[in-house]
Amino acid sequence: MKILGIDSSGLVAGVAVVEDDILLGEYTTNYKKTHSQTLLPMLDELKKMIELDLDSIDAIAISKGPGSFTGLRIGAATAKGLGLALKKPLVEVPTLAGMAYQLFACDSLICPIMDARRNQVYTGIYRFETKDCQGEAKRSLSETKEQCAIDIRELIDELNGMGQSVVFLGDGVAVYEKTIREFCKVPYTFAPAGMNYQRAASVATLGAIYFAEGKSIDAALHQPEYLRKSQAEREKEERATES
Amino acid sequence: MKEDVLILAIESSCDETAASVVKNGREVLSNVIYSQIALHTLYGGVVPEIASRKHIEKINQVIEQALADANVTLKDITAIAVTYGPGLVGALLVGVSAAKAISFATGIPLIGVHHIEGHISANYIENKELEPPFVCLVASGGHSHLVVVKDYGEYGIIGRTRDDAAGEAFDKVARAIDLGYPGGPKIDKLAKEGNPNAIEFPRAKVGDNEYDFSFSGLKSAVLNYLNGCQMKGIPVNRADVAASFQKAVIDVLVEHSIHAVKAYGFKQFAIAGGVASNSSLRGAFEERCKKEGIAFYHPSPIFCTDNAAMIGAAGYYEYLRGVRSGYDLNAVPNLKLGER
Repeated sequence: MKILGIDSSGLVAGVAVVEDDILLGEYTTNYKKTHSQTLLPMLDELKKMIELDLDSIDAIAISKGPGSFTGLRIGAATAKGLGLALKKPLVEVPTLAGMAYQLFACDSLICPIMDARRNQVYTGIYRFETKDCQGEAKRSLSETKEQCAIDIRELIDELNGMGQSVVFLGDGVAVYEKTIREFCKVPYTFAPAGMNYQRAASVATLGAIYFAEGKSIDAALHQPEYLRKSQAEREKEERATES
Repeated sequence: MKEDVLILAIESSCDETAASVVKNGREVLSNVIYSQIALHTLYGGVVPEIASRKHIEKINQVIEQALADANVTLKDITAIAVTYGPGLVGALLVGVSAAKAISFATGIPLIGVHHIEGHISANYIENKELEPPFVCLVASGGHSHLVVVKDYGEYGIIGRTRDDAAGEAFDKVARAIDLGYPGGPKIDKLAKEGNPNAIEFPRAKVGDNEYDFSFSGLKSAVLNYLNGCQMKGIPVNRADVAASFQKAVIDVLVEHSIHAVKAYGFKQFAIAGGVASNSSLRGAFEERCKKEGIAFYHPSPIFCTDNAAMIGAAGYYEYLRGVRSGYDLNAVPNLKLGER
């Protein structure tokens, strides 16, 4: 099974191709250039490097969100365009699950945080479950807290209440490190470079699992999970509740 | 006999998600437009984030419908043309990203097209005899340009608005007399019941460029008039206000345009953009051009609104000129006409 993974939900732009247990290639950048200019040239480069026949792909795994609204849409439109042209299905991978999956088999709780501004983070809480499978201890990612947008302090309180060690990762770490150090009472650590941001390889790997479970959709049906309404909608609702 | 050139065109610069297949630049095989107007009416204007979200939701359906309506598949397509500016950046990015991905996946060449170039080229669709050079007035909610079309793909902007676009002025005045959004068609309709000479609104002249426009003074004059009436307790005849305002806009557009056509020595003039579907504007130009011996061209309303067929028409001529875009094509919200 061959899966193309795409993630452009944050500062990172990444594309990767995973075939069964092999990562054939990955291209990741975390640089100021806009994703609209980098994402497709990166995929083009990767395609040439690994002599990828696009028709040999089984599905396109796309980081579904949350994240930068524009970043998500660049990834979504790219994945949808590829799906349309190649007649391949899309597999939607929640961005935070894709991030958490990088810390495979970790015994701590995994808490990716993305800066959502206004003191909020996009986050979720994940852990790896072990299942004995004919002598092999199979691990699978399990969601303890579904991805959402919440206040950083609220998240820390919730983690404190759970009483387990936790690994933080994501671009929210740089923004909220001080707050975490001040208020987090459970043992915590921060993931190092290489596994602390979005990675398309992780999206592709997790996407392959979802795809095998039959969780794929027609490219036309995909739309990002923003976790937030537009400002205009929020203001309209606020006005409606006030009056 | 040369092989037919089929352009798949995609447009998402504002609040319409559109795709079209155009044959040899002038024959529209399909023209699919998903309009979001009803959605934005709730907010009194286009909300960029909502527009972008709707584009991403609809983009594949619209493209697939355009191919199906034209009875073709991607294998039949010669090139993909996409609007890359000007417009709302988040909205543009949806069409641009999707077009690039389809081009990449299929190897079909990609052509970035200027939105205004599309509007101008809409005139080629139904007027097979129209060829450059000619003068074109492009007027819409976001643009008011007087353009000299020297050749296919070669443009010179000789006049532009200094402040509000013509369509913007329509929207603002419509709001002031409680007509709602979008203002253009509503004022056009109400004006038919009013007297265009009832109120004398100013016709602004812009000092240093005889072809430039200014509509903010006119808009203010209308608002002042409405305020004055309210203070004096005089009832407002909204139809007269609509008709008089509209006449003031049209007079300026007609004067500047005809002056340009004569100055450049052309015998052809065209209008384009959303405002070009205003019936009174068309009528005024028709009458004046007839008097001056100028051939007058305008697209049908369906090609005046934002659509992808016009992008296909423009894309065809850019294709013939050898224009190709790379996978790094970006959305350029303030793209200038004639620049790449």
